[in-house]
Formats: sequence, C-alpha cells, structure tokens
Amino acid sequence: MDFNDTPEQAAYRAEVRAWLGANAEPRKDRPSVSRRLDAEEGLALAKAWQARKADAGYACRHWPVAHGGQGRPMIETIIYDQEEANFDVPTGFFSIGLGMCGPVMAQYATQEQQARFIPPLMRGEEVWCQLFSEPAAGSDVAGLRTRCHRDGDDWVVNGQKVWTSGAHYSDWGILVARHDSSLPKHKGLTFFFIDMKSPGIDIKPIKQINGGSNFNEVFFTNVRVPDSQRLGAIGEGWQVAITTLMNERLAVGDAPPPDFREVMKLAAACELDGRSALEDSSVREKIADWYVEAMGMKHTKARTMTALSQGKVPGPENSIGKVVSASKLQNVSSFGADLMDMGGVITDPSLMPSDALFQQSFLYSPGLRIAGGTDEILRNIIAERVLGLPGEIRVDRDVPYSDIPTGN
Amino acid sequence: MNFDFSDAQKALKQQTRDFLRAACDTTVPRRVLEDTDEPFARDLWQQICANESPGIAIPEEVGGIGFGYLELCVVAEEMGRAIAPVPFSSSVYLAAEAILQGGSEEQKERLLPRLASGESIGTFALSEGPGQATVANLQATLRDGRLSGTKMPVPDGDVADLCVVVAKDGEGASLAVVDLAAEGVSREPVDTLDPSRSHARITFDGAEAELLGEAGQGWATKDAVFNRAAVLFAMEQLGGADACLQMAIGYAKGRYAFGRPIGSFQAIKHKLADMYIKNELARANCYYGAWALSTDAPELPVAAAAARVAATQAFHFASKENIQTHGGIGFTWESDCHLYYRRSKLLALSIGSERVWKDRLISGLERQEAA
Ligand SMILES: Cc1cc2nc3c(=O)[nH]c(=O)nc-3n(C[C@H](O)[C@H](O)[C@H](O)COP(=O)(O)OP(=O)(O)OC[C@H]3O[C@@H](n4cnc5c(N)ncnc54)[C@H](O)[C@@H]3O)c2cc1C
Repeated sequence: MDFNDTPEQAAYRAEVRAWLGANAEPRKDRPSVSRRLDAEEGLALAKAWQARKADAGYACRHWPVAHGGQGRPMIETIIYDQEEANFDVPTGFFSIGLGMCGPVMAQYATQEQQARFIPPLMRGEEVWCQLFSEPAAGSDVAGLRTRCHRDGDDWVVNGQKVWTSGAHYSDWGILVARHDSSLPKHKGLTFFFIDMKSPGIDIKPIKQINGGSNFNEVFFTNVRVPDSQRLGAIGEGWQVAITTLMNERLAVGDAPPPDFREVMKLAAACELDGRSALEDSSVREKIADWYVEAMGMKHTKARTMTALSQGKVPGPENSIGKVVSASKLQNVSSFGADLMDMGGVITDPSLMPSDALFQQSFLYSPGLRIAGGTDEILRNIIAERVLGLPGEIRVDRDVPYSDIPTGN
Repeated sequence: MNFDFSDAQKALKQQTRDFLRAACDTTVPRRVLEDTDEPFARDLWQQICANESPGIAIPEEVGGIGFGYLELCVVAEEMGRAIAPVPFSSSVYLAAEAILQGGSEEQKERLLPRLASGESIGTFALSEGPGQATVANLQATLRDGRLSGTKMPVPDGDVADLCVVVAKDGEGASLAVVDLAAEGVSREPVDTLDPSRSHARITFDGAEAELLGEAGQGWATKDAVFNRAAVLFAMEQLGGADACLQMAIGYAKGRYAFGRPIGSFQAIKHKLADMYIKNELARANCYYGAWALSTDAPELPVAAAAARVAATQAFHFASKENIQTHGGIGFTWESDCHLYYRRSKLLALSIGSERVWKDRLISGLERQEAA
C-alpha cells in the first residue's frame, strides 16, 4: 500500500501543477472567486477558464476525443481536479452539464447530436441545466406532473419545473415529462433535451435564503420539442433519469471550504479565556472530529481512485460523500461563527476573519443537504442499495399515476 | 412540589401569544429583515410598550409594574416564538437589568422609568468585534468619566437612546451608562446574520459616561447581568424552537411524496421526535432557570447556564432541521424557515457562545459543589 503516483501519474501531476501555477491564483482563506462575483461576471470568468482548460487539454480528459476529451484514463481527470482544488478558479457553472448532461447525451443522443452538442458543452460555450424537480416532485421525482404529448414530428410540453439551477443562463436543458398519466408513475415518463430559448419557456428566478438567486422556476406553455431531441424510447424516461442521477451522485460530493483547516486557522487567531482558542481542548476535539471526517472522505476517494486506476469498478463507499460533507459544512460554519463569540453574527466581509467565509457558508450550507438528493433520501439509498435492507412498502408503484394520493 | 407557572402567569402567556399572533405574524420580522430603512417594528414596539411589557419585572418604585421574573419569562418565550423584531431583549434583559444590578438608587430612579415605559430604548455593549471579549483584551477605556473605543455588534445600537458599556478602567473593567445622542458618539448599522434585529458599530471618542456601580468591579456585575439575561434569552430560544417544531409538523402532515405524507417516513418522524425531545429538555431547564431567576436562588449561575445551553442547542437543531424537513422550499427566501435559522444563530451568540456558557456552567457547578 502506498500513496505514490506511478511515474507516469507523477509526471502528469507535475505538469498540471506547473500549468495551474502559471494560469491561476492559489486558493486563499476567503470565499472563492465564484462567491465574490455576481453571477454574470462569474459566468464570463468561468467560461473563459473552461475554454483555457479545454485548449490546454485538461477539461474532461477522460472523455473520448470525438467529444472534445483526450481519451485518457479517469485517473488523470481526478489528478487534475485534485490539483485544481488548490487554486481559486471559478467553478459550479458547468458541473450539471459536465456531470450529468454530457454523460446522458453520450449514452443516448445520436452521433450527429453528440458531435454538435458535447464539444461546446465541454468547452463551457453552452451551459446546460437539469429540469427534473417540480413543486410536487423532488425526492419523488418520478411523481412529476409536467405533461408532453406528440404532435406531428414534435412534442408539446406544458407544466412547471422548479429549483432549476442556472436555468436563467443556460442554453440547453435535460427534461423529464409525463406522456401518459394512466400508466404507473415510472412507466409514463419520457426524456428530452431542450433549447432553453424555445418559445413558451418562462424563467423566474427564486431567491435563496442567503439572498442569492441561482435557482429558478421554469414554466412551459405549449413548448415544442422535436422528437429528434427525445433521449431513450417513449416511456423509458425514468431509466434515462436514473442513469443521470447516478452520474449526479458521482458529480456532487465535495463541499467547498471552510473545513477543519480553516477552523484551525481561525482558532489559532481567536482567543478563548485569554489564550489561543487552539489550545482549548473543546476546540481541539471538534477540529479532530472534522479532520477525521475529512480524511475519511479523502481516503475513501483514494480507494475509489485506486479502483479506477486499476481499471476496476469502484465500490459503493462513495455514496457516503454528500451526507458527510454537507452536514460537516453546516457544522463547521456554525462552530466558526461560535469561535468569534458575540462578534460571530457580523456578515460584513471587511470586518470579519476570512472575509466572513463562515457566516456565508452558514447561510448556504442548508441547501447542500437538500440539493442532489436530501440527506434522508441518500441514507435510504445507502440502506437499500448498499446494505440490501428491504425497501419501504410502496403505495405508489403499481397503480395508475392519476390515482396516487397527493397533498397540498 | 409545585414546579409550574400559576394560572395568572399562564393566562398572561396566552394573552401575550394571542396578541403577538395578531400583531406580529411572520410578515412583521420579514418586513424588517427586508427593509433596510426600518431597523425595528416601531408600530409593534409601541403596542408592546402600551401593554407595559418592558416594565413587567421592573419594580413599581422605579416606574415598572413589578410583576416579577416568572411573568417576564412567559413573555420572553412568546417574543421568541414570534421572532419579534423589537429591541425588547436589549432594553429589558440587558440595559434595565444592568441598571438594576449595578446602579445606585438615584440612577435607578432616574433611568429605569424611561426604560420601563419604553420611552427610551436601552442596550448593552460588550463585544468589540469577532472574538471573545475579556477584561484583558478590552480596548474601550473609561478615564475620568470619558469613554473611548469601538463596540460591535451592539444590538439595537443604531436606535437605542442609552447604552451600558463595559470598558477597561485601570486594571479592571467598569460599567458605564452613555447617552447615545451625546457628543463623541458615532454609530452606523452593521450587517449581521439576522437583519430583522438591527445591530450597530458604535465609536466613542471621549464621550461623557456615567459610572454604573463601583469602578473596576464591572466585570462581576456584567456576569451577574448575563446570568439573569441568560434565562430570558433561553426562554426566547425555547419559543423559537417550538415555533420551528410546529412549522415542521404542519408541513410534514400536508406534504406528500411517494403517495404518502412525508411525516409518515420514519426519517422525518424521528427528526421531529428529536426536536421535541431537545425542546422539552430545554423547556425543563428553562423553567428551572426561571425559578432560580425569580427567587434569586444561589443556584442561578448553574441554572441559567444550563437553560442557555439547552435552549441554544434546541433552537439551532429545530431551525436547521425545519429547513431540512421542508426540502427545496425550505432553502428559499420566500419560506419563513430562514427567519428562524437566522434568529437562532443570533440568539445563540447574543450573550456569548454555547462554549462560553458550558464553561460557565461547569465553573458554577464547581463552586456549588465546593460550597
Ligand atoms: C440549492 C439547490 C439546487 C437545486 N438544483 C436543482 C436542479 O438544478 N435541477 C433539479 O431538477 N432540481 C434541483 N434541486 C431540487 C432538489 O433535487 C430537491 O429539492 C430535492 O430532491 C428535494 O425535493 P423537494 O424539495 O421536493 O423536497 P421533498 O421531496 O418534499 O422532501 C421534503 C422532506 O421529506 C423528506 N423525504 C421525502 N421522501 C422521503 C422518503 N422516502 N424517506 C424519508 N424522507 C423523505 C426529504 O428528505 C425532506 O426532508 C435543487 C435544490 C436545491 C436546494
């Protein structure tokens, strides 16, 4: 057992590090560049960065050459991501496109569509969003109501999506809609990709609890989608969606800082009872707990990486990632504010350690426990799919969709 | 044994709850949260003052109505439940208590009637920015009746009329009362996690300051004031925690997923049961704190700290898990979940963090055991 890169990996890592050093700023102990800028500036910067990465051959390196990748082993992508995490580069805008939409297009779209859509997606020239959740269907996304019906060569979509991250700046989206509500819920769904500039799409931003507006309501009124943009067969929408969600769980995982390292720095700079807070055993204990969690995740990833670099399929252990990291972020943020004692409520970056990083993350961390599968749903998945425990008794599976009870 | 509030106290609680339900539904804290020009709900504050609530525990001789602390506790719980955007805690639990604990008879007679009637708003300034304030690290200094230094965040500091300030005085610390309209005082609002309760940065530049209590003995008085305030803040936290639980229960019954109410999933049931357990533990500790406060019991330091720790934990847990129970909608500005989440953190840090109160708890316990 060792942590050494193979000579080839080490050479690649050195090359990546040198390139990043020449092209990006090291990460500092403050909110990342994406959180300091407004969405428009952030997006422009992110597009430029993604293009620069793509030109240098570092974007989606494991994707096939035909899709704009380098056809290299997954491990090189992971090495790049590890190194990039040490730099303050704009992130987030393309994670849905790269993590979910690209792979689903690669699996279900035609060759011509792949050639048309994947390279600009990969280069960040076109932004993609995920139109799954609805007001009455989040955890239970298969319960969605948005309807579609066939009309000549087109489908006509009516209904509403919600929480669609980035819809307001997206060019394309992936959409699941119901073509037949007399079928059981999972059987009546069909999957499309859709031009977000189509007539009949109306996008309304939703304000989040931290004051930002990164997600949206998206309304569809007689929106026409060519049948050629259907992914998978009619009625196969759920299988396609599940493939996408599996990719989502790989794509989301790591929470952004602050983590134990930032708390440790903060503690060293704060006083408790007249001495450095870092000398206080209650503080040391907390930091130790978070270190153990963080290293647990890091080394879980190392196990995944090992499997990947040996060409094996990783085990199920990665499924713990988001449950651990989302709550950790919330707890770390809350504790960081506590360390600043009565002053910990101030949010003005100019008055606060780490430019109020802890206060900012206190307000956005609750979203991470919900987005991309709630803590509860992820625990159900671990219990049922990983541990093999019996599933819930279902009341909604084999009955016509239209007969399933609904609440307010 | 009669570990319960009297019928009259319960009636006062119900009356306060009914009043606040009508006068301060969540649109009121939301209005203050969103409107940067409205530091607190003046209309609500006027009604609270018309009800004589600020003077509830202030003796009649100095302008209050002299009911007592159990009465103040039940009102505090309701203020917390309503997340009322008014300077009640600053003026009543902190400024008035400081004057009651530290002031001379003359000062009480002069200063308290205005606070009891609500004609003046008082506040208390200890913190000087991020980090724990101690006698050793205080920068604000009192010298020859003049105060210099900067305090932040001062709750309601932008709207208060008078402020009790903790300042370095020789080797020790003193408490001093400052008229915030006086020369040498400048103040500006400072952004915090909970804009429904305004805070300020106040700079004193040789401002005239009147000593409260003995010079150099202010830190002990501050501790005594904070022990009393801790019970009252804990009552507010308890009210807030219960409001979150009720909100989560309501949502869990009406929201369906997989053809069932989400409240039928054990993950949600257990979450809400855990909220209830924490809230009831906090409630029992708060009531014990209320008893100790109302009887001036020697157990007060420990009882207050226990109430404070339990209620801080309960409100934090209930407010974050209420968001979680709501799913996506809980993460929106439009939902009320974040009003409680913000308030829970604000109250958790208002008179010192959970860690500080745990420490005070054990120190108090050590003294109690030694005696
Ligand atoms: C920041 C953010 C970004 C998002 N971005 C997108 C996006 O780009 N595209 C998109 O399609 N969606 C997006 N979402 C939506 C997200 O996927 C849903 O909010 C999430 O799946 C939860 O669904 P819901 O909001 O309907 O909550 P509900 O499903 O109503 O859940 C409410 C509560 O019930 C619990 N619950 C539900 N079912 C069960 C069960 N079977 N067992 C136990 N507990 C259960 C949940 O855990 C939760 O606590 C985003 C959400 C957030 C917060």
